[in-house]
Amino acid sequence: MAFTNEQLERYSRHIILKEIGVKGQKKLMNAKVLIIGAGGLGAPASLYLAAAGVGTIGIVDADVVDLSNLQRQVIHSTADIGKKKVESAAETMRAINPDVTVNTYYEFVSSANIRELIRDYDFILDGTDNFAAKFLINDACVMEKKPLSHAGIIRFKGQLTTIIPGESPCYRCIFKDPPPKDAVPTCKQAGVIGAMGGVIGSLQAMEAVKYITGVGDLLTGYLLTYDALKMDFHKIKLPPRGKGCAVCSDDPSITELIDYEQPACELKH
Amino acid sequence: MKIVVAGEQKEVKDSLTVSELIELEKVETPEYVTVSVNEEFINSETFDSHVLKEGDEVEFLYFMGGGR
Repeated sequence: MAFTNEQLERYSRHIILKEIGVKGQKKLMNAKVLIIGAGGLGAPASLYLAAAGVGTIGIVDADVVDLSNLQRQVIHSTADIGKKKVESAAETMRAINPDVTVNTYYEFVSSANIRELIRDYDFILDGTDNFAAKFLINDACVMEKKPLSHAGIIRFKGQLTTIIPGESPCYRCIFKDPPPKDAVPTCKQAGVIGAMGGVIGSLQAMEAVKYITGVGDLLTGYLLTYDALKMDFHKIKLPPRGKGCAVCSDDPSITELIDYEQPACELKH
Repeated sequence: MKIVVAGEQKEVKDSLTVSELIELEKVETPEYVTVSVNEEFINSETFDSHVLKEGDEVEFLYFMGGGR
């Protein structure tokens, strides 16, 4: 596949990087990334991955754009209110970069569809807003051996880790089970500063680009936390993978996906 | 004794337990925090009995459920 003159110009700032070059840009253009959640995290991640020329981007979300989303979900505009988020996101991505093939999935992830959804993709990005989905995505990625960027944000804080199943610790290595309903506040209950999605979602996009191009060290084996009020980034080293983990140990007790109950209020926004 | 909490050195009383440190640090939702000491996760059932030693490196890992 040869670059067109337009592509050479569009991706010139990538191609000039010795770590990326023509080879890395081709890898990006052949890559398939699935973004689950077209919201605070998924919006900036989608924008950067589309701009970077990732060949195929899948976007999963069962919601429509709401006025209260626009404070942080920068891929949607005021004119998009009421539109399916996946459609609004796809339109923005295609407008940024017509090279990108966008696949939209207007659905919630569940044990019934998640494995099939992720199977076709090279890298998965979790931008969901509830623990049921976060555990489901982690477990499915472990079972399908799909690399995953996990992230969470709340108030002025955010965190992320990159999971290479079979190699690095997974989400369930850190947190054994989801907390009970309403035990830990969600963004809707507690709020989140808009730019937090931008910081953490962009870091997720960065991890996807690094994974695809094979450049640098991934955030595997670490949980990176960001506290905006203290302006503090902190990398927590995680114990090795699998030690007693119910899903990613060599002798897992969880071999089937679990649909945890999702708080009813979370089904709306 | 001196321990390191979330990368910061702290002076605490000798034989402090993980539970006591959780209280001292005013950890939010202490029932759901994951604690690592010297890069090993501590079973939450032993927070009361796990005594910290000089130089221990402690991390608190919190649930963050937001994203959309």
